[in-house]
Amino acid sequence: MRIMSKMRISYIFFAVVLGILLFSELGCPSSKRGRGSNANSLQIKGSDTEVNLVQRLAEAFMARHKGAKIAVTGGGSGTGIAALFNGTTDLANSSRPMKPKELSRAKKKGITPVGVVFAMDALSVITHPSNPLKSLTLEQLGLIYRGKIRNFKEVGGPDLEINLYGRQSNSGTFVYFRDTVLKGDYSPKMKNMPGNSAIVAAVKNDRSGIGYVGIGYVVKGGKKIEGVHIVPLKRGEEVVDPLHRENIRSGKYPLARPLYQYCNGKPTGLLLKFLQFELSEDGQKIVEEEGFYPVTPQYREANKKLGL
Amino acid sequence: MFSKERFVQYLFFVCALMTVVILGGIFIMLLYKTLKFFELVGLGEFFLERIWKPSAYSKPTYGVLAMLVSTLMVTVGAMVIAIPVGIGAAAYLSEVASPHVREWLKPLVELLAGVPSVAIGFLGIVLVGPFLAKVFHLSSGINALNGSILLAIMALPTIISVSEDAFSSVPLSYREASCALGATKWQTIVWVTLPAALPGILVAVMLGIGRAVGETMTVLMATGNAKAMPHSFFDSVATMTAVIASEIGEVDYGSEHYYGLFAVGCLLFLISLLVNLLADYFNSKMRRYA
Repeated sequence: MRIMSKMRISYIFFAVVLGILLFSELGCPSSKRGRGSNANSLQIKGSDTEVNLVQRLAEAFMARHKGAKIAVTGGGSGTGIAALFNGTTDLANSSRPMKPKELSRAKKKGITPVGVVFAMDALSVITHPSNPLKSLTLEQLGLIYRGKIRNFKEVGGPDLEINLYGRQSNSGTFVYFRDTVLKGDYSPKMKNMPGNSAIVAAVKNDRSGIGYVGIGYVVKGGKKIEGVHIVPLKRGEEVVDPLHRENIRSGKYPLARPLYQYCNGKPTGLLLKFLQFELSEDGQKIVEEEGFYPVTPQYREANKKLGL
Repeated sequence: MFSKERFVQYLFFVCALMTVVILGGIFIMLLYKTLKFFELVGLGEFFLERIWKPSAYSKPTYGVLAMLVSTLMVTVGAMVIAIPVGIGAAAYLSEVASPHVREWLKPLVELLAGVPSVAIGFLGIVLVGPFLAKVFHLSSGINALNGSILLAIMALPTIISVSEDAFSSVPLSYREASCALGATKWQTIVWVTLPAALPGILVAVMLGIGRAVGETMTVLMATGNAKAMPHSFFDSVATMTAVIASEIGEVDYGSEHYYGLFAVGCLLFLISLLVNLLADYFNSKMRRYA
């Protein structure tokens, strides 16, 4: 065992140095790990609101283009955008536009994000069926989620304390809802759910729950799902229901929003083909089957400028 | 002159060294990033501010208090359930059960340790949650108590098997002496065997606590993830592990929020280090005893 004692000190020194190298930021994560070496495969990552829809679109696309491989994963809009910056995805799903901070970060990393709107969402406010609220104004909704209104009776419902369900901070919907409706901070009592379906499941089981989800999670095949009530929102004096297509088309529904996909630079190759498919008639039909709405003319114009 | 013997010696030495390297590396990384966080935000805010609000509308705050209390609460709750049940089960297995019963019961207990935490979390959502809601007339059973119950289930195998070892390492002569003095089996277990096995049982409890503090998936799924300071076991809570797990994926590298999550991780590391040191201390005490 003589050898061990001889070597011990130098080995431990070596170990510590190696440890530092491995774990400290000396070996900075490289952002140059560009994807897209394989012309036949695509990575898509991001928004939980969009994940099922894009999955369906990808399946339909793969059925038409033999040999193409598209992998779609969720994780949240923030996750998708971070992945685009880190070069680990080809396309980032995002249910919100990029923030100015993200745009400047992209610039620093040498990335030119290009945004495409491929579907429309009507963010839907849901409650338990035993609590069918007739309508809410955006202001009331904001007060509810900021924790200022705590009982449904204050907004014309039953005498029930409100249980808030919302998303986690990596969610684009979390940010969209905060900036559009709350214009302030969420109540810390809000339960941060990991996805749209988790919110639907929770509200189904909670008499005093309220939640917000993408319309595709409460409408399937053109029909509202059982077990939740969709609360119409007020715009001025008018009560606007997210289930009517016209309300989204005209932009009357206050929480109608575009669903984005971001890629790095002008799309080419398989990516371009996939985006074209999404915006084609067949693609938009799938969008509607999944409960979302087709792209409105306003965003179609913007897409055209990108050559789509 | 590299003999085969020596080569093998080196090989195993490097293998053994690997754990030290990894542990050292993790610690250095945690410490480095934590220090960076305190440079940006300051110790005061971290320990005095209650709520973790990295994605605030106007001004983010990074307070660990509510999370820390949530973690401690869920863990204490789990231990209140798991310690009596675990020690009882261990006493039964070691002192009362016939060899035949023990033979099939013990593997079953160990099997419980192999159930993935996602499955237990799911159980919390579909079974324990609705059950709690019904029993306590709550609108939702996704709360701290739910997490405690699930963590108790997860800590049980550890507590039972380590306590059982402690029980069976008590010399037979102790029990014989007790019985010879006219004590019943119950009296022998409570007044003789249990005190003799106590250091070992404390090790079991510490390991159980370690298991509960560090568990992530289950609490992420079953406790509701509300970041407010909890006031009772019926409130939804977000533990330190759950917050790290749910936020690390989206965080912007190099931001305050990013370093903040490492600071939370560092605190968690210190807590489990403390728990493990205590376990070690009791362990050495037990050895002296036996």
